[in-house]
Amino acid sequence: LVCVCLCPGAGQDVGRSCILVSIAGKNVMLDCGMHMGYNDDRRFPDFSYITQNGRLTDFLDCVIISHFHLDHCGALPYFSEMVGYDGPIYMTHPTKAICPILLEDYRKITVDKKGEINFFTSQMIKDCMKKVVAVHLHQTVQVDEELEIKAYYAGHVLGAAMFQIKVGCESVVYTGDYNMTPDRHLGAAWIDKCRPDLLISESTYATTIRDSKRCRERDFLKKVHETVERGGKVLIPVFALGRAQELCILLETFWERMNLKAPIYFSTGLTEKANHYYKLFITWTNQKIRKTFVQRNMFEFKHIKAFDRAFADNPGPMVVFATPGMLHAGQSLQIFKKWAGNEKNMVIMPGYCVQGTVGHKILSGQRKLEMEGRQILEVKMQVEYMSFSAHADAKGIMQLIRQAEPRNVLLVHGEAKKMEFLKQKIEQEFHVNCYMPANGETTTIFTNPSIPVDISLGLLKRETAIGLLPDVKKPQLMHGTLIMKDNSFRLVSPEQALKELGLAEHQLRFTCRLHIQDPRKEHETVLRVYNHLKGVLKDYSVQHLPDGSITVESILIQATAHSEDQGTKVLLVSWTYQDEELGSYLTSLLKKGLPPSTS
Amino acid sequence: MAAHLKKRVYEEFTKVVQQQHEDLSSKKLRLTKPSKSAALHVDLCKATSPADALQYLLQFARKPVEVESVEGVVRILLEHYYKENDASVRLKIASLLGLLSKTAGFSPDCIVDDAINTLQNEKSHQVLAQLLDTLLVIGTKLTENPSVRMRLVEVACKHLTDSSHGVRNKCLQLIGCLGPVEKGVAKEGESQAAKDVQKIIGDHFNDQDPRVRTAAIKAMLQLHERGLKLQQAIYGQACKLLADDYEQVRSAAVQLIWVLSQLYPESIVPIPSSNEEIRLVDDAFGKICHMVSDGSWVVRVQAAKLLGSMQQVSSHFLEQTLDKKLMSDLRRKRTAHERAKELYSSGEFSSGRKWGDDAPKEEIDTGAVNLIESGACGAFVHGLEDEMYEVRIAAVEALCMLAQSSPAFAEKCLDFLVDMFNDEIEEVRLQSIHTMRKISNNITLREDQLDTVLAVLEDSSRDIREALHELLCCTNVSTKEGIHLALVELLKNLTKYPTDRESIWKCLKFLGSRHPTLVLPLVPELLSTHPFFDTPEPDMDDPAYIAVLVLIFNAAKSCPTMPALFSDHTFRHYAYLRDSLSHLVPPLRLPGRKLVSSPVSPSITPHEDPSQQFLHQSLERVYNLQHLDPQGIQELLEFTIRDLQRLGELQSELAGMADFTATYLQCQLLLIKALQEKLWNVAAPLYLKQNALASAAAKQILEETYKMEFMYSGVESRQVVIIHHMRLQAKALQLIVTARTTRGVEPLFGMCEKFLQEVDSFQRCFISELPHMQGSFVDKLLDLMPRLVTSKPSEVVKILQTTLRQSTFLHLPLPEQLHRATANIIEPTGESDNPLRFTSGLVVALDVDATLEHVQDPQGTVKVQVLYPDGQAQIIHPKPADFRNPGPGRHRLITQVYLSHTAWTEPCQIEVRLLLAYNSNRSKASAKILKSTWSESLETLPQSESGIEGTIPFSKPVKVYIMPKPARR
Repeated sequence: LVCVCLCPGAGQDVGRSCILVSIAGKNVMLDCGMHMGYNDDRRFPDFSYITQNGRLTDFLDCVIISHFHLDHCGALPYFSEMVGYDGPIYMTHPTKAICPILLEDYRKITVDKKGEINFFTSQMIKDCMKKVVAVHLHQTVQVDEELEIKAYYAGHVLGAAMFQIKVGCESVVYTGDYNMTPDRHLGAAWIDKCRPDLLISESTYATTIRDSKRCRERDFLKKVHETVERGGKVLIPVFALGRAQELCILLETFWERMNLKAPIYFSTGLTEKANHYYKLFITWTNQKIRKTFVQRNMFEFKHIKAFDRAFADNPGPMVVFATPGMLHAGQSLQIFKKWAGNEKNMVIMPGYCVQGTVGHKILSGQRKLEMEGRQILEVKMQVEYMSFSAHADAKGIMQLIRQAEPRNVLLVHGEAKKMEFLKQKIEQEFHVNCYMPANGETTTIFTNPSIPVDISLGLLKRETAIGLLPDVKKPQLMHGTLIMKDNSFRLVSPEQALKELGLAEHQLRFTCRLHIQDPRKEHETVLRVYNHLKGVLKDYSVQHLPDGSITVESILIQATAHSEDQGTKVLLVSWTYQDEELGSYLTSLLKKGLPPSTS
Repeated sequence: MAAHLKKRVYEEFTKVVQQQHEDLSSKKLRLTKPSKSAALHVDLCKATSPADALQYLLQFARKPVEVESVEGVVRILLEHYYKENDASVRLKIASLLGLLSKTAGFSPDCIVDDAINTLQNEKSHQVLAQLLDTLLVIGTKLTENPSVRMRLVEVACKHLTDSSHGVRNKCLQLIGCLGPVEKGVAKEGESQAAKDVQKIIGDHFNDQDPRVRTAAIKAMLQLHERGLKLQQAIYGQACKLLADDYEQVRSAAVQLIWVLSQLYPESIVPIPSSNEEIRLVDDAFGKICHMVSDGSWVVRVQAAKLLGSMQQVSSHFLEQTLDKKLMSDLRRKRTAHERAKELYSSGEFSSGRKWGDDAPKEEIDTGAVNLIESGACGAFVHGLEDEMYEVRIAAVEALCMLAQSSPAFAEKCLDFLVDMFNDEIEEVRLQSIHTMRKISNNITLREDQLDTVLAVLEDSSRDIREALHELLCCTNVSTKEGIHLALVELLKNLTKYPTDRESIWKCLKFLGSRHPTLVLPLVPELLSTHPFFDTPEPDMDDPAYIAVLVLIFNAAKSCPTMPALFSDHTFRHYAYLRDSLSHLVPPLRLPGRKLVSSPVSPSITPHEDPSQQFLHQSLERVYNLQHLDPQGIQELLEFTIRDLQRLGELQSELAGMADFTATYLQCQLLLIKALQEKLWNVAAPLYLKQNALASAAAKQILEETYKMEFMYSGVESRQVVIIHHMRLQAKALQLIVTARTTRGVEPLFGMCEKFLQEVDSFQRCFISELPHMQGSFVDKLLDLMPRLVTSKPSEVVKILQTTLRQSTFLHLPLPEQLHRATANIIEPTGESDNPLRFTSGLVVALDVDATLEHVQDPQGTVKVQVLYPDGQAQIIHPKPADFRNPGPGRHRLITQVYLSHTAWTEPCQIEVRLLLAYNSNRSKASAKILKSTWSESLETLPQSESGIEGTIPFSKPVKVYIMPKPARR
């Protein structure tokens, strides 16, 4: 029995990922994210929902974080330090390395800039990180005796992983966010045919099938290249991690290939720190980077240098990556203001922009912007939109389901309307149940667990020797004794069971009398029965014993004349309990009577 | 150099002789050794423990066993086998049995029964598996014997029920390799088992062990390879195996499906869950396409590769592979490709400055969208986007093969191929460029595609750029803007990478000659002529200007109206370029310039004939020289050689032929000159100093003959004989000269003997050619052979001298095609005045880039030689990977040479050149002869023939200025 319960997290909603799974009596929390859109209590999941009374540590067996994006790990310090949780937290090595940087940055913005109180402190982040256990890809970690988890590569961002949670033979796979098409710095998500009982998949792009990545890349590069050749400046507003690195790699290799000389800068701070980790975790990147890092680590950029404020006024072409990504504040906005007036320049928005930001305004075609201080900024520079997203599209999700072959699918992290479409598709294509619970809703999935039983080798060999060769496709009947003792199951031979349990063996014998009309002498009747049986039961050893009885394997048949009617012979059929099958068959056979004698 | 070469040659000679001795002695040793079987028997009996026995066996296995004693050894091993209790020893014995039955010349039918008997009582699964392996070896050696094969197959069938996967594996393998393929065998019906091998193997398709399943599929494939027609019935089974849990099973199953699809392309199979039916090949294609998105990359590579060879697939299935319906929020979206196409057809160029340019348009019916189809949908789209480059390369290759057979598909896949030009891995980019070139006659590039293609011209990798130039050479462009764009980009390329000059010119040559009508409207603009004003005359040495002219002149060749647009200086430049770059600029019919090869364009072919004729005539003339006086002979030869050399320079197609004959005549001339020296008439002691010419001539002839033999491709055995004959004459000459100049007889003995050996080996090697050599030196020599063998050296010399003088000149028959191996070092250019400075004692890497033409097996033969000013020479063997093969007969060597030297006081030049190493063993022609005549007794191969090694310089040396500085302390 797998039971899934959703905290007010990523039901039919994006952001604030937090899922509670209870599987065969074990409770696991998957991700502990925050919602970027709220600034009040709603930004964190409602943990009181998990247990009303009692400590979280007692209730949860472990917490798993899939990757370092704040909507998957943002509430972690709050959860572990302020609400109180002391159990193990699992994440991959890169996630463990990068997560605290992002948390710290987030804390700084909320507390130092916005001046909020009652927020977690730096110390809390540190303490929280001490509870983290790092895992490797494909490493099976035993959380306790029964619960084990295993990480699979998920693409998406550096260190993103999908987790398989397994208790006994019941298992759940949680994908986190994943990407089925490789990009310039990460590979594609991969999972083996683990056939979990339940696959919990994100569904951000449930209704989208994307175009090939190459077209987008080529467009991007062409635009940048043309602008640079014209002598213009290119501004690319990005968020610090993830896409920024992909674009850096893309430009860096392009510069290398085309032998371009124009400088590329990226804004210092977070990105620089993060690049350091990208350099370290080469094994988590894609084939190309992994293969070439012996010659050169691709993240040791040759053409990309750190940005200094003064560079913005330098003449000549350049490309600048600046944070933040939506042009709402900070360095990217400053540079934008400086460059906006020149039509030779270009700004490329590599991602989605929230309504109200400068990014959104210019993307929707506004050419005159009102800045603070009532001044009007005329935007003459070119504005380009280029979507580089690292989520699996509908095809990708289907592909993953095909790879893993789950028995049930549960969609989270997406919009209800879109999920509805995908759900229908999944049910149609794979004939599996698909669920899409809302926030706070509980989904229960019943599984058909197979229970492993230890069998003694002697018994197995004996039984297989009797029957035909083992065949995977067909179930096989065998005799033995099932002993349930100390929470374990064993199948042993009856003798051994008797010995172990100290019981005496009892023989159970069935005896049956059949009346046959046969006027002949007893031994003749016996002979007829013998011939008949021998004709019918070709595969069994039928013997006629000298004392006038017949044995079929271990079944005994005797014939006596009826005490009253000499024309009726009484057949005595006797068999042990073990031969029940054959015995009952024999009786029914004899009941039908003997064939008319030939003699 | 010559001296060096000669020294090398003789060094090799002596070495070879020594080897011969070693060989003999080792043979002797072998004979005196006690029989192997006996020794083994003793060893095995001595062994006290299984570990000991195992040791003995391991030692024994290291040495080969002679054919005669194999059977004895096998018997002893078998005897021991039955006695042995330890499974590991039995295992080793079993494997040894297999090894022994492999011995060449041994027929294992005498041990078949014994080997089968050993199986009966064996309990250990491992030993069983090994024994079956041995049986497989025996079986493969006895393929002609059907009854043995049948028996072995039966044995295998019996053991198929074994519980160990290893045993079942081997059984299946054995059945696959030995199972009856012909129908006739089945009729005899020896046993139930052997009748239907296919069914037996098919039963194991759902074995519980994945390894056995794989083996079963492999066995099936093996049967197919051996010519058995597989039944269509297994198709269903094979399809089920595609969903197997194990990658090796899936991988093999994909192959099996492919095989079946090729066998029964037209049969009809039903589509499950519907009433429709489709052709089997289409169904299989769909299934294999599905495997392109498999979880294991090995399977993906396999599937992508096989797709390429399924050419009977219906076109709509094929086109589906490139189809991937895009949608966004359930609305249909157009792909970037479609948008580009639309933009192009609407006449607008350059795209989307707006956000939402790619905004989805129409609503999609949710029911109609298939996210994972069983069909072929988007297989190549997935394959080309795969994360492993191996898969991407395989997909590109498959695209190439399919596009070559279907023009419609070629047109469709163009967008995707163009996209691959931006792959992150260079190999993939290169592969897709090559692919595009291969299908280029089926396609015409749209402007936007051309734009993307041309963008790659700025790539820093030379391979990519050159591949792209090759591609442009054979591309069809649709518009004049396209041509203009290509020219502009190529010129950009030229300024960025000036070294690409040649390649770009060549590219423009083809571009011009393919699209004359598109170039025509561009001419005024390209030449920047003005209707009223005279424009300044461009610089004639500007490579960019030359590039433009090459384009225009080649277009003008088939566009007679074009020259009217030229200005005066263009005509002048034409004349100059036609002379200096004749391979790039075609002959043109220009108004008012009749003299410029007027009859050219209508008939180019007859134009070649006269030169060929001339070549033959001059040869004819030479063959009559027997009747001339010595003086006349020499003059005639000299003239002819001069003519031939000039002809070679003028006619590049005949260069190889002309050079070859000229060299031959040169040898003859040298020989004649040497024989006419006065020294022969003077008494011996007087002319010690005068022999210089004769011996030098002998040396030079030797050298030239090696050049003739190894530097030309296309030399046939007839020529080889004559070359060897010439060499023999040179050696005779050498012998005579030495005899004349040395006092004392002792050294002569050795020389004479060696010479006679050579004559002998010549006779043996070229016995089939001897009848053609009437009246030649060797012919006469062989007549005199009995006398020569018995006579003293001084007499031998005398005889040789007279025969040499009397022998006739042999005609050199010319082969169809003859090309001289040439090399041209592009880099270093040798023009630099800046010395390459480096610290002495350390190394500096010098980039060497050279083109090689008509070199066979360049990986083995081409070496780089570096000559230092102090006379020190260094020979470097480039890595095989440094050679690229851009076209037939052409190679390109791009390598790095490491230089080092002690400190110099001032910069000095070193010489870099390419050498062609030869080894008469490797010489194809002689090997062929040897094979045909001496195939039985290869051991008696004339040793002197097999060991001659040396090098021929075949490129102009290039000087490099270097300066090793003393290390700073």
